[in-house]
Amino acid sequence: MTTDVISRSTTLSAKPTEKQGQSTSVKMTARNINAFFGKVQALYDVNLDIAGNRVLAIIGPSGCGKSTFLRCLNRMHEVAGGTMTGTVELDGQNIYGTDAVLVRKRVGMVFQKANPFPTMSIFDNVAIGLRLTGGVPKSQMNDVVEHSLKQAALWDEVKDSLNKSGVSLSGGQQQRLCIARTLAVNPEVILMDEPASALDPIATAKIEELIYELKKDFTIVIVTHNMQQAARVSNTTAFFYMGKLIEFDETKTIFTSPKQKQTEDYITGRFG
Amino acid sequence: MSITPFVPSWQYYRRKIAGATMLALCYLSAVLAIVPLVLIFFYTINRGVSYLNLDFFIQMPKPVGEPGGGMANAIVGTLVLVATGSAIGLPIGILTGIYLAEFGNNKFAYFARFMTDVLSGVPSIVAGVVAYGLVVVPMKHFSAAAGGVALAILMIPTVTRTTEEMIRLVPHSYREAALALGIPMWKTTMQIVVRTAFRGIITGILLSIARIAGETAPLLFTALGNRFWSTSLDQPIGSLTVFIYDYAKAPFEDWNNQAWAAALVLIILISGLSLAVRVVTRSKFVQR
Ligand SMILES: Nc1ncnc2c1ncn2[C@@H]1O[C@H](COP(=O)(O)OP(=O)(O)OP(=O)(O)O)[C@@H](O)[C@H]1O
Ligand SMILES: [Mg+2]
Repeated sequence: MTTDVISRSTTLSAKPTEKQGQSTSVKMTARNINAFFGKVQALYDVNLDIAGNRVLAIIGPSGCGKSTFLRCLNRMHEVAGGTMTGTVELDGQNIYGTDAVLVRKRVGMVFQKANPFPTMSIFDNVAIGLRLTGGVPKSQMNDVVEHSLKQAALWDEVKDSLNKSGVSLSGGQQQRLCIARTLAVNPEVILMDEPASALDPIATAKIEELIYELKKDFTIVIVTHNMQQAARVSNTTAFFYMGKLIEFDETKTIFTSPKQKQTEDYITGRFG
Repeated sequence: MSITPFVPSWQYYRRKIAGATMLALCYLSAVLAIVPLVLIFFYTINRGVSYLNLDFFIQMPKPVGEPGGGMANAIVGTLVLVATGSAIGLPIGILTGIYLAEFGNNKFAYFARFMTDVLSGVPSIVAGVVAYGLVVVPMKHFSAAAGGVALAILMIPTVTRTTEEMIRLVPHSYREAALALGIPMWKTTMQIVVRTAFRGIITGILLSIARIAGETAPLLFTALGNRFWSTSLDQPIGSLTVFIYDYAKAPFEDWNNQAWAAALVLIILISGLSLAVRVVTRSKFVQR
C-alpha cells in the first residue's frame, strides 16, 4: 500500500468506536436465522459470531444458502423479496430494528459480478455513495476518492483516467473499482459474494492481497467456492450445507482437522 | 494420413440460398421503408424552399390577394403549443413510467398500465374532443391552453411506456449495488436507475414531442388557429399544422405554396430538435 494515505479517522470523524481497539471482539452476531423465499426455506436456524477486523470465509456447495446468509447481514435479502426470522446484531444493536439504509451504510457489499455504474466516470463511481448519502463536503471528495482507490489497489492504474467510464476497465479492475466504491462510504463490515469468481488468477491474487490489507480497517465476510482462497485469506471459516451451518471454526482447524464428516467430505472434494 | 476434402452437401447450398434470399428481403424492406420518407422530404424541399425567405419567419399572414407575408405567428404558436403540451405531459408521463417500472407490481399499476395502452391507441381527434370538453367548454372559448391539454393527452402514453421500458432495461444489479451503498430507495431510483436509462428516456420524449408537433386534428377545435399574433395561453393560437391545413385546401396558388413552405419549416423544426437533443445527450464516454 502507498504510504501517504490520509487517516480515515481524521477524514471521516463520525466513527464513535476506534476500530483497531476491538480486533478480537465480536462485530456481528447472527441468532436463529431462518430465511425464506416465499415458502421455500433457504436457511435453517443459523447462529454465527463474526469477529471484528478478521476475515470470515463462507464455503459450501452451490445452493446451500451462502449468498442468502450474507444478504441477511445487510438486509439485502429483503430487496430480493425474501423474508427471515431471527436477529442480526451489529455492535450489539439489532439491525432489523432500524432503517435498512442506516445498516447498509455500515455493512457494505461487493457482488460476484463487477457492476460499476455504466453512465458514470471512474471518479463518480467511487464518489456516488458519499454524494448521495451525504456527510462529506465537496472539498474532501477528491481526497476520499483517491484514498479509496488506493485502498483498493487501483489508484496507480487509473489516476490519469479518472474521467473515463468505469466500464472501460478490465474485469479485475472493475471489481476493484466496486471495492473502492464500497470503501468510500467507509463501512465497518464488508460482505463479499464470490468477488473473484469471474477473474483470472492474477486479478484474483490482487483481490486476495487486498482482502489481507483491508482486514486491518474492516471486518470482512467472504463467500467463496475456492477452497485455497478460503484457506489463504480467512481467519475463520463457516461451512454451510443445505441451508444449515454445519461447522464453524478457525480456518486452520477446518482445513486440517474438521470435526464433521460432511465438512471433511466437502473440503476433500468427495462431494459438492 | 488421408486428407478429408471440404465437400459441401446439398443442404449447404440450400442454406446458402435461403440465407441470401432472406438478406435480400431485409434490404428490400429497408429500402421500401426509407423511400417514401426520402421522397416526402425532397418533394417538400422542392416545393417549399423557394417560398422560404426572411419574411416568412418574421411577417404575419397577409389577407387574400396581397402577395408575400409570412407565418411568424404560426411558428411561435407551434412552439407555444408544444411547450405547453410538454409542460403538462412530460412530468406526468415520466413519473408514471417510473412508478410503473419501479413500483408497478400491484393491481392499481396493472390497471394504469392497461389504461395507458388504451390511451395510446386513441385517435388524436378524440384527444381533441376530450380537451374540448375539459377546457374549451368551461372557458367558453378556444385557447392555446386547450390545445396544450389535447397534445399532453396524446404524449402521455408514449412517454409513460418508453420511460417504463427503458427503466426496466436497467439491470437489477445496479439497484442492488446502490442500495448496498446505503443510498435510499428514492435516490437510487432517481439518481442511479433513471440516470442509467436517461438516453433511452430522452429518445422517447423526443419521439413524443415530434409526434405532437405534427398533430393537426386535436388542435382544430381546441387551439383553433389564429391569423394574428398571440402568445397568450388564454387565447386561440395559430400553429404550423393548422396553417398548412387551411392554406393547402385554399383555392389560391400562393397560399398553397406557403403551405409547402410551412411544411418544410415543420420538418426542419422537428429534425433540428432531434439532432439537438441527440448531441446534448451523447454519451460522455466513447463507446467501445
Ligand atoms: N430469488 C430467489 N427466489 C427463490 N429462491 C431462491 C432465490 N435465491 C435463492 N433461492 C434459493 O435459496 C437457496 C439458497 O440460495 P443461495 O443463493 O443462498 O445459494 P448459494 O449458496 O449462494 O449458492 P451459489 O454458490 O450457487 O451462489 C437455493 O436453494 C436457491 O434455490
Ligand atoms: Mg451465491
